[in-house]
Amino acid sequence: MRKILLAAAAPVGAFILTLIISSITLWAFGSNPFSAYGDMLGHAAKLETQVDILNRATPLYLSAVAAAIGFRMNLFNIGVEGQYLFAYLIAAQVGSMFALPQLLHIPLIMITAMAVGGAYAGIAGVLKVTRGVNEVISTIMLNAIAISGVIAWLQQSWQSDQDQFTSTTLGTDPIDDSGLFPDINGLLEIFTRDIAQGKQLTGLLLVAVAVGLGYHFLLTRMRFGFDLRASGLNPFAARAGGIPPKRMVVAAMFLSGAIAGLIGMVELADTAKFPPDPIKGLGFAGIAVALLGRNNPFAMVLSALLFAFLDVSAGILQNTQAATKEIVNIMQGIVLLAAVIAYGVSKRVQEREEARFTAEALAEIDPIGADS
Amino acid sequence: MSAVIELTGITKRFPGVIANDNVNLVVERGEIHAICGENGAGKSTLMKILYGMQQADEGTMKVDGEVVAFNSPTDAIDAGIGMVHQHFMLADQLTVLENVVLGAEPVRAGGAINFKEAKAHLSAVGADYGLTIDPDDMVETLEVGERQRVEIIKVLYRGAQILILDEPTAVLVPQEVEALFENMRELKAGGATILFIDHKLDEVLEISDSITILRQGKTVASMKNDGVTASDLAELMVGSELPSPETAESTVTDHVALSLRDVTVVDDDDRSVVENINLTIHKGEILGIAGVEGNGQAELVDAIIGTASVSKGVVELLGTDITSMSVRKRRESGIAYVPEDRHREGLMLEAPLWENAALGHQTQKPYGSRWFMNRAGTRAQTELIREQFDVRTPNVDVSAHALSGGNQQKLIIGRELTSAPSLLLAAHPTRGIDVGAQAAVWEQIRNARKAGLATLLISADLDELIGLSDTIVVMLRGRMVARLSPSEVTPRDLGAYMTGAATQDTSSPDTSSPDTSSPDTAGR
Ligand SMILES: Nc1ncnc2c1ncn2[C@@H]1O[C@H](COP(=O)(O)OP(=O)(O)OP(=O)(O)O)[C@@H](O)[C@H]1O
Ligand SMILES: [Mg+2]
Repeated sequence: MRKILLAAAAPVGAFILTLIISSITLWAFGSNPFSAYGDMLGHAAKLETQVDILNRATPLYLSAVAAAIGFRMNLFNIGVEGQYLFAYLIAAQVGSMFALPQLLHIPLIMITAMAVGGAYAGIAGVLKVTRGVNEVISTIMLNAIAISGVIAWLQQSWQSDQDQFTSTTLGTDPIDDSGLFPDINGLLEIFTRDIAQGKQLTGLLLVAVAVGLGYHFLLTRMRFGFDLRASGLNPFAARAGGIPPKRMVVAAMFLSGAIAGLIGMVELADTAKFPPDPIKGLGFAGIAVALLGRNNPFAMVLSALLFAFLDVSAGILQNTQAATKEIVNIMQGIVLLAAVIAYGVSKRVQEREEARFTAEALAEIDPIGADS
Repeated sequence: MSAVIELTGITKRFPGVIANDNVNLVVERGEIHAICGENGAGKSTLMKILYGMQQADEGTMKVDGEVVAFNSPTDAIDAGIGMVHQHFMLADQLTVLENVVLGAEPVRAGGAINFKEAKAHLSAVGADYGLTIDPDDMVETLEVGERQRVEIIKVLYRGAQILILDEPTAVLVPQEVEALFENMRELKAGGATILFIDHKLDEVLEISDSITILRQGKTVASMKNDGVTASDLAELMVGSELPSPETAESTVTDHVALSLRDVTVVDDDDRSVVENINLTIHKGEILGIAGVEGNGQAELVDAIIGTASVSKGVVELLGTDITSMSVRKRRESGIAYVPEDRHREGLMLEAPLWENAALGHQTQKPYGSRWFMNRAGTRAQTELIREQFDVRTPNVDVSAHALSGGNQQKLIIGRELTSAPSLLLAAHPTRGIDVGAQAAVWEQIRNARKAGLATLLISADLDELIGLSDTIVVMLRGRMVARLSPSEVTPRDLGAYMTGAATQDTSSPDTSSPDTSSPDTAGR
């Protein structure tokens, strides 16, 4: 009981700390924190908002897992952003080129996305092991190449109407319906009323759940996951323990990029093509989600939901004028900071508590020594 | 004499253990005071508390009669206390001078470091205490004993009058130990007080004025070093007699387990660090390698385990050429490895013990397979290691950093010996292990040897080397310079070969019967 309380203390503490600092910030900006929170919560109580939150949390979570796979090995894959956009584009193009039955079409698109994301991240891995290029630098450069170079160019050369270079025609041809991941409104509506406003709950939510479980299984049950964590914990011991360091770097980068490849699939299921202005920033947000969730598959679910909630709240704050919408970004920053502080404090308290507990237990059983 | 340090009722608890339980310690000014005790007795913890690295839960500390409370090592340094850790913390790429002043730089107006003043201060400190070292030497070129001297000077440079040395002799060969003791006597003559931890009782008896013995976190005895014997100390520490690493009858067979032919290893700068080594280890044989640290032994072991590549020559394990095999394949074909630095190559300090037990064997039963880990099997195996090798821990879920140094070592030995290896590469297997546990480890190695294990043993402890080995070779500057029979060699002779004071003709490659020319016939 005491243990559970202690374990819960850190997130709860971080939450309270966030509330306090955010309130002060809101107040300093001349807004009433209580009415802002009231608006946010009132909004989130609506089913349609909840669908929005889940739709936002799904790619955030995928992005967080992609980043976390690297972090577990002390690899900083800053390139999730470029990897998912690049994968998104190529997968959309490949998908638009074929007319296939749904059971083949969707996997074709998803596998293409994962392969492209993986390969693009893999470049950074290969550069690291062959040329010693730091992956932070190479992935930042690969981001730039992908986003403002290759994508901008392909977006133009693949657009349907080649004569008409307008910003609205950029992107790929539309994919047939057979290639679009179906929504799962039906699944949610088993538990709730019908979803209104034409909102669709992304079917990729199920994929994200599977990815989370797979990540958990990989880390705790699979040899490759053990090797991955060992390489992150102590690369020298890992090497002496038979874990090939170079191959691990490339494999981890590939895996990270492959998961990153799935991020864009959420939007693709909705837009049916790589749009002129695809959703951006999910790669960087995923890093924050992974940090808050401490690379843990379950904690990252909560942190993705929290970030999604704050993102979705931006709109309502704008509408009700309760506060400026930028406050949600500030709050996301505050929550990260608060979490770092709270985890640090709780770790120390926990150790002290446990030590005192032991002492009491030992004193009762064996008044002589500390050993069993 | 007056008490310069007085610790009263110090208690320190960690999850699952009481590391220090109401410990009292009185150290007189100007004495050399040894702290002895089993692995996990709480020695390092007590010293870390005195140095401000950890804070006691209860108890009071007095320095020079004044009650003090240290929140960090900085406070301890201000009070004139310095500590040299077992693992050196020097920056290889800097000079001695730079390392010494790092963190305590005398700054000139404008922020530049005043190296001239630092150098003057350094040589003054050196002269005061009889420690000689060239301030402009690069640290990476220094030998272990010299590095240790730099660490000590670094502490003295900061004005320490009270020195704490945690297992300073563990990494030294006998000649270096002699040099260290000489330094310690000088320091004492210069007015310093020294506290040191040591598992080798003869060393304790040789150098110390007083001895305090800890057992299970409590002070069990504190005495003047006069009329005390090693067996008295052993009795107090572990309640048993002093063991010795005497090898039983030979179990060497004709089956070759490991064979090296003309093996050369080069470093990053293309200099050969191991040169044309030829040697054979048979099943049931323990081959000891003697040498001052940094003469190629480590690189030789790296080449056999596969973390360094062989630039020339052939490595064969049980008749199979493994020269370009991956480390994992080598592990799977039965090479066990006890690394010289347990923190660097042996453990994942942040991971629980049971995961550490799997490291290096994760593709093999009972830990796992090609694809999956067997958690239940791994835990059961870890429990077995804990029991068989007497790893003192509250449970196998604590992380490795929570174990005392000696218990970490026991865990590594256990995991390697229980993997049913055909070849054991053991670098300083009993480094940091207490006398009682040492005997147990020797026994385990001997049993495995009887069952046909081939062992390559590296040890700075020459008694251990002579006592366990069937054959001893000496390495100097990457070459094999002598091949000796343990039954006819003394630690002193070995030392002479190791430093190059004695030589032997080894032009005939890998003679299977050891050449036994006397060490004092030659000497250049
Ligand atoms: N950071 C820590 N967290 C939890 N337990 C710890 C920690 N540090 C030490 N301990 C425990 O405290 C006890 C004393 O450890 P300590 O390192 O002081 O032993 P020691 O006498 O130095 O042993 P050794 O001779 O093996 O170095 C051990 O049981 C160890 O497991
Ligand atoms: Mg210790």
